[in-house]
Amino acid sequence: MAERRTTLSGRSAVPTAPGLGGHVAAERPPALAEHFETLEQQHGVNALGMLVFLGSELMFFGMLFTVYTAYRLRYPEAFAMGSRHLDLALGGINTAVLIISTLMMALAEHSALRGERRWLPRYLALAILLGLLFLGIKGLEYYHHAQEQLLPGFAFSFSGPAAEQVQLFFLLYYAMTGLHAVHLTAGIGVACVMLALAWRGGLLGAEHWPLEMLGLYWNFVDIIWLFLFPLLYLVGRP
Amino acid sequence: MSATTLPAPASYATVSYGLRSWLLTTDHKRIAILYMISITVLFVIGGLAATLMRVELLTPGGRLMDDATYNKLFSVHGIIMVFFFLIPSIPTVLGNFLVPLMIGARDLAFPRLNLASWYIFMLGAAFMLWAIFTGGIDTGWTFYTPFSTSSSTTKVVPALLGIFISGFSSILTGLNFIVTIHRMRAPGLTWFRLPLFLWSLYATSVILVLATPVLGMTLVLVALERVLHVGIFDPALGGDPLLFQHMFWFYSHPAVYVMILPGMGVTSELIAAFTHRQVFGYRFVALASVAIAVLGFLVWGHHMFVAGMSVHAALIFSILSYLVAIPSAIKVFNWTASLHRGAISLDTPLLYALGFVGLFTIGGLTGLFLAALAIDVHVTDTYFVIAHFHYIMVGGMVMAYLGGLHYWWPKITGRLYPEIWGKLAALTVFLGFNLTFFPQYIMGYLGMPRRYHVYPAEFQVFHVLSTAGASILAVGYLLPLVYFLLSLWHGQQATANPWGATGLEWQTSSPPPPHNFVDKPVVTSEPYNYPTREPAHG
Amino acid sequence: MAGQVDALFWFMFSVSALICLGVFGAMLVFVVRYQRRPGNEVAQRLGPTTRLELSWTLIPLGLALVPFVWGAKLYLDMARPPDDALEIYIVAKQWMWKAQHPEGQSEIDELHIPVGRPVKLTMISQDVIHSFYVPEFRIKADLLPDRYTTTWFEATRPGEYHLFCAEYCGTGHSRMTGRVIALGPAEYAAWLQGGPTLSPADQGRRLFQQLGCAACHETGLAPNLQGLFGQPVTLTTGQTVTADETYIRESILDPGAKIVAGYQPIMPSFAGRVNDEQLLQLIAYIKSIGPQPGGQPSGGPPPPGPALTPLPTPAATGGQAP
Repeated sequence: MAERRTTLSGRSAVPTAPGLGGHVAAERPPALAEHFETLEQQHGVNALGMLVFLGSELMFFGMLFTVYTAYRLRYPEAFAMGSRHLDLALGGINTAVLIISTLMMALAEHSALRGERRWLPRYLALAILLGLLFLGIKGLEYYHHAQEQLLPGFAFSFSGPAAEQVQLFFLLYYAMTGLHAVHLTAGIGVACVMLALAWRGGLLGAEHWPLEMLGLYWNFVDIIWLFLFPLLYLVGRP
Repeated sequence: MSATTLPAPASYATVSYGLRSWLLTTDHKRIAILYMISITVLFVIGGLAATLMRVELLTPGGRLMDDATYNKLFSVHGIIMVFFFLIPSIPTVLGNFLVPLMIGARDLAFPRLNLASWYIFMLGAAFMLWAIFTGGIDTGWTFYTPFSTSSSTTKVVPALLGIFISGFSSILTGLNFIVTIHRMRAPGLTWFRLPLFLWSLYATSVILVLATPVLGMTLVLVALERVLHVGIFDPALGGDPLLFQHMFWFYSHPAVYVMILPGMGVTSELIAAFTHRQVFGYRFVALASVAIAVLGFLVWGHHMFVAGMSVHAALIFSILSYLVAIPSAIKVFNWTASLHRGAISLDTPLLYALGFVGLFTIGGLTGLFLAALAIDVHVTDTYFVIAHFHYIMVGGMVMAYLGGLHYWWPKITGRLYPEIWGKLAALTVFLGFNLTFFPQYIMGYLGMPRRYHVYPAEFQVFHVLSTAGASILAVGYLLPLVYFLLSLWHGQQATANPWGATGLEWQTSSPPPPHNFVDKPVVTSEPYNYPTREPAHG
Repeated sequence: MAGQVDALFWFMFSVSALICLGVFGAMLVFVVRYQRRPGNEVAQRLGPTTRLELSWTLIPLGLALVPFVWGAKLYLDMARPPDDALEIYIVAKQWMWKAQHPEGQSEIDELHIPVGRPVKLTMISQDVIHSFYVPEFRIKADLLPDRYTTTWFEATRPGEYHLFCAEYCGTGHSRMTGRVIALGPAEYAAWLQGGPTLSPADQGRRLFQQLGCAACHETGLAPNLQGLFGQPVTLTTGQTVTADETYIRESILDPGAKIVAGYQPIMPSFAGRVNDEQLLQLIAYIKSIGPQPGGQPSGGPPPPGPALTPLPTPAATGGQAP
């Protein structure tokens, strides 16, 4: 076949026009990535991207929540027993810690928007410190569990009936809080990077956008904990 | 501006050379090529496993291999084909290449994430291949418990890890597409002006983002159970094997819509291009894609009608399964009607598209058989089901993929493939496919169970026919492999729009420049606005 | 029932064939008739499409209800075995089937059933998920390791039918096959009486497990039966009796009659729950774990027993009359 049929519809139905947001380099703000037209588009893309990402994260946790719920309905006494072995005080403190850290993150965003160069790094640092405190307390809880021989699969011994199901409770507990801790750690890591940027005067005003993305993520991690805590710690407690 | 009046801009493929420029690229078109090479290699591996299986099944007794080897082969075939070929193929190859072009953008929303997706995919594939070549996996691609957690002695955990890792690649690709289609459309390109391929990719991406995580965590729990011996899905340790099935199929059913929706999108494009008119009922077809994605989340239980589920649940899943078939039926009728009073060019891509419509119709109709509870009791876990899903996956999706490759080959490579060979290969694939899989419907209804290494002699004639068909099918697949490669050096140069098709991708050179368009496109017309004439009466 | 499933199948096949003929026929006609050629370079304009589309949305929707309702009705019938069904237990393990008839017969990889009588299978797996599939009966049901599942069927013709395992269960999955053998009523009754079966002692062992005897007799709550047979037994009354067939038979049917010293009278009576044949099997089993020449209880296959001695009448044994 020598020549394909020529375009019968004549000119393309899509007349090209000199581009909008033309390619004069000097007009493009440095923060604008080259495949975007405007900063507004870039911000919209990042926000939507973060939301879609959080949607998929919700399904990760959702799956574990579903399995947990299924077994809690099936073994209510065993799960209540397991839950009573969790440290309600430490868990409660951690909940407060995380909520306050989210508040710090919100205050950080607020200062960034208002261009408050001194306060932004402070609030960010506080959020990070509280996040680390959360991880520390969680680690302490895990340490206590290990001492009480409550590590499923590795060192688990539980006297009493339904030990198998209590072990299942603890496996799910570790899976869910562990997944949460991994997410929090990632958030802390990103926050540290942002802290470094903020220290050098970045992320202020129109450039606060990455911080807002981190804020969305941080809120998500907090909200997940707000579901984890009652589900795990408050079973069978009057 | 026709590409012949301006000096052609440097193509994305030649603007820079060297391995680094390819392995560190963020150009969606190059990433699409990287995926194309990877999944072709994986397809060949999965196909080799199938070839060995079909040769073994020529005789009722186990002649060439022992039971354990056969079990590993069907597991490898399923895992590779599902997770490492069918789910990625059209989205990562054709989708990655075309989404920005079709919406008039310079790249996807997150180009570096796109590259990361490919590396993640390769990492997952590496784990999987390592598991396969250091002992294999024999659980089937469905990993049912407690066999996978407590009985199989093969490389289950590495295989699970491979799938888990590659799942992130799916999620990130889906995320990229959703955001790109939402936010980076050219001015004037409203939702109902989008090409149907993009509607189907959008629906696919929603499923990828929401369903894949569920599979990921399920596989993690299976691995944990296997390693720690804590009962999650093993009843001997207090777990519930049916819970595994629910969680597994909650992903794996929508996954089959991930596999077929992009193929449907390609088919719509091909039919429009080769009938030289818009598809019949554009809006219905577009919204049907969304309906399939939504309804697809509600029917997973139809894989479990004999598994011990309650009768009430079975009734609900049955009626929902009939419901999800309706949007697909709409598409089939619309595609058929699209041929009426068109101006049809029977080129290779259209042959594949017509093959898709025909074979998908048969496969989809047999899905209705399976949705009927009493029939499913008889034919589930038999070759009837195998035939059903191969009609859709191979007769449908793979043909759509090949059709799309042929249609967009000039755009991707700047070369034309040899049309005669294209037609010959399409015909070979069609005939070989039917001979391979139609006998499987029959022997399935007669009772031939699936995943059987040895079988009663009365089924042999069907197996022989099936293997004969498979050898023809293999030839049909090898042909494009050869002539596509040859066309890279010896194929005729392609113009910007060799098919005379609408769509923004044809408004730039073949192959496109690195940033896709010289001038930013603006859309002012409806999609598929081919010229038409008044209907001739009579 | 199988015929009804086939009827539904052929109905769906006919409707599908019609749809395929319609669609493929239309495609063929259109592709031939509307080829692009001089005189048909440009496609004709599409008119309004909505009415057609609605019709081919709603009509299939309505049509789909037919196989749904039909299939559902048959499925519900499959889920409700008749009350007078013959109950047979199936236990599956990698990679074999074990069937236990209520009359005591048990089989491996084969299932004898009477023609013309509903048979209900109560099934469980000992390891992974299996699936009991008899294609010619159009029935299939998975066997799970932690709960009983059931299915039922009624053979209408004598014959031998394939039994397949239909849920992949490991290496021997494709060899986990067998036969369902449907016999006329007379032949079935005859089969129940004789024919190749497991030895009574093996059947007794199975009964011992099935009746829950082990729950007490192997946990210390009740006397250990290992090495018991033929030995002297001291009762709470101070009497000493010999643990022979009679004693054992009585202990099963009327446990309160003689209580072994040091134990509580907690054993339930199995009168009415075991017939004489089963009692014989249990006795055979207890004999098989009785004292061996070497002084150790038998752990291997039970020795071929001598013909059982006729049972003395209860009055001939020592001990209190009930």
